[in-house]
Amino acid sequence: MNTTVDDQQTGTVIPPVHEAPTILIRPSRGWVALNLRDLWNYRELLYFLTWRDIKVRYKQTVLGAAWAVLQPFFTMVVFSVFFGQLAKVPSDGIPYPIFSYCALLPWSYFAGALDRASNSLVGSSHLITKVYFPRLAIPISAVMAGLVDFGIAFVVLLGMMIYYGFTPTTAALTLPLFLSLAVATALAVGLWLSALNVQYRDVRYTIPFLTQFWLFATPVAYSSSLVPERWRAWYGLNPMAGVVEGFRWALLGKEPPASLLAVSTVVVVLLLIGGLYYFRRMEKTFADLI
Amino acid sequence: MTDIAVRIENLSKQYRIGGPQARYKTMRETLMDMAAAPARRLRRLGQPAPPEETIWALKDVSFEVEQGEVVGIIGRNGAGKTTLLRILSRITEPTGGYAEIKGRVGSLLEVGTGFHPELTGRENIYLNGAILGMKRAEIDRKFDEIVAFSEIEKFLDTPVKRYSSGMYVRLAFSVAAHLEPEILLVDEVLAVGDAAFQRKCLGKMGDVAHEGRTVLFVSHNQKAISDLCEWAIRLDDGRLADQGPSGDVVGRYLEEELGTEAMFGGHTTVDPDPSRPMRLRSVMVVNNEGRQAGQVEMGQPFRVRLQYDVNRPTASAHAICYFLTTDGINVFGSGDTDCTPQRLGTRKVGSYTAEFEVPPFILNEGSYLISVNLSIPFTRYLDRHDSLVRLTVVDRSSIRRTSYQHRRPGVVGLDLPWTYLDGEPVSES
Repeated sequence: MNTTVDDQQTGTVIPPVHEAPTILIRPSRGWVALNLRDLWNYRELLYFLTWRDIKVRYKQTVLGAAWAVLQPFFTMVVFSVFFGQLAKVPSDGIPYPIFSYCALLPWSYFAGALDRASNSLVGSSHLITKVYFPRLAIPISAVMAGLVDFGIAFVVLLGMMIYYGFTPTTAALTLPLFLSLAVATALAVGLWLSALNVQYRDVRYTIPFLTQFWLFATPVAYSSSLVPERWRAWYGLNPMAGVVEGFRWALLGKEPPASLLAVSTVVVVLLLIGGLYYFRRMEKTFADLI
Repeated sequence: MTDIAVRIENLSKQYRIGGPQARYKTMRETLMDMAAAPARRLRRLGQPAPPEETIWALKDVSFEVEQGEVVGIIGRNGAGKTTLLRILSRITEPTGGYAEIKGRVGSLLEVGTGFHPELTGRENIYLNGAILGMKRAEIDRKFDEIVAFSEIEKFLDTPVKRYSSGMYVRLAFSVAAHLEPEILLVDEVLAVGDAAFQRKCLGKMGDVAHEGRTVLFVSHNQKAISDLCEWAIRLDDGRLADQGPSGDVVGRYLEEELGTEAMFGGHTTVDPDPSRPMRLRSVMVVNNEGRQAGQVEMGQPFRVRLQYDVNRPTASAHAICYFLTTDGINVFGSGDTDCTPQRLGTRKVGSYTAEFEVPPFILNEGSYLISVNLSIPFTRYLDRHDSLVRLTVVDRSSIRRTSYQHRRPGVVGLDLPWTYLDGEPVSES
């Protein structure tokens, strides 16, 4: 065995105890510190959990990673036929297919990530009851794993942009910000729901309903310009509205959704901080309740 | 000066449980309960649970472990051994008291935690290593050693779902065995795998123990405890019942666990309790010669005789008797209404004696604990006694002795004749 201090004669190894951290285990009361340093120490585990989720996702499927494209793509086709062609939903002068696909891209990521994150703790009960690590790693890795699908589906968007003749401007450089906002939204809501799900399995059944409801509340099939000007900033209370309009602005050159985005960002930051603290507070009960 | 690696002070853990009487309700009550539950639980957040619904899995346990010491933890099922390790591993929080641990902790509460069936052996080594707290560079460095120890080189790139259970366990243990924390918490992981691999694991554990690392080791394998640990503690009912040099603690434990003279003799009596509708009075094992016995021959039938009082007329009750192995495996149970359902009617006040016969070749060689319940099926216990009588089943047949090293494997000891359909392979001389 590889050891740091090794006395070959006696085979004894004295671990440097004086350098070792002292862990104090005692009951905690009420709200606890986030302890993000602990999470940072476990960053490799976060990486491996994410990697596992990605690796396992399309095992034993015929189409494999094509699923990442097929879902948003066919939703786009359906939307284009029903909302674009038949209902003639206005799309701010942008061809309806690319108008909706540009929104479906972050939306599919968000819906998938939210679903996986919310069920992540319950699905990892075998880990939670058997080994210690910061439990935050579980929903975070669930949210991160969806980014690969996003990347694959994004290639299709690039193809559509070429087809419809959209040239990316410098605004496209802000795209990572909007993607981060989508990740933060999924994580923020996912933290609340995953922790609640441990105690109340009802959460699992509300997620499909919630996602569907949220889709209609988000300007995916329609444009936020349908909302009267003076209410538009309030529309940002739905952070996904900010994300979707941000994507359209960055890639398709719609007008910048400034006030909407500001509200969305504030909402996400509050939700995320609240979610982190709530998660940490409930964390100690996970192993006993799950 | 010796360093204290683990200091445990008044450590307690309370669990909330539903009483057996609270479990069965009408559908309407259950639904009402479900509807009211979220609100009630929200109100209850942060408050300690009411005492009647709780159980202390661990109560005021204090001890210290010196750095480099290997300590065994023994006790019967439910004594709090696993709870203790779960608290020290930071999986669950204590309700009271504290523990102070100096050094990096690695816990092995099971082998193969987080193994994913779809991933290959190679991938699982990395995943499992990371879950157990190893750094990637550390896994890289030990990779070849892990693979060599597990003896699965050829299947390294096969998904583990195609592994045999033996291969799976070998790989899982190999990863775990290469964990190098300063303090190692091990729970019963050696109860898996074939005998040869178990010996190899014990050897590895021995190495770990001799490297100056601090180890807390929970096991039912008393021999492993006395061999590997200098010191042992015993938990009983969540409390620290004994501690000292491992040989002594194991010895005292076995003496107590094996039971009193009376229990050993195959006969135990219980004090009357008129407050209960039904109360057990005694249990006795009677051998084939009609004598009370704590030991029976595997190839002979024996009888179990129960005496109980009915203090109040009681309807739909039964008396049921269980045989458990000393590892806690329930071999079988038998109730007085199994073949005679009429007995579910109202039982009259009085004292009764009942017995049943256990045919030969049911229980394999070994030790068994007999538990008796008087209960109303699906509803509640009227009187419940765990591990009342200890029964030893022996096999004096020299024929079976020559075929098996110790005893025939398995919990049951069926003696089944084999027939050759096209002639005997060995000609009789």
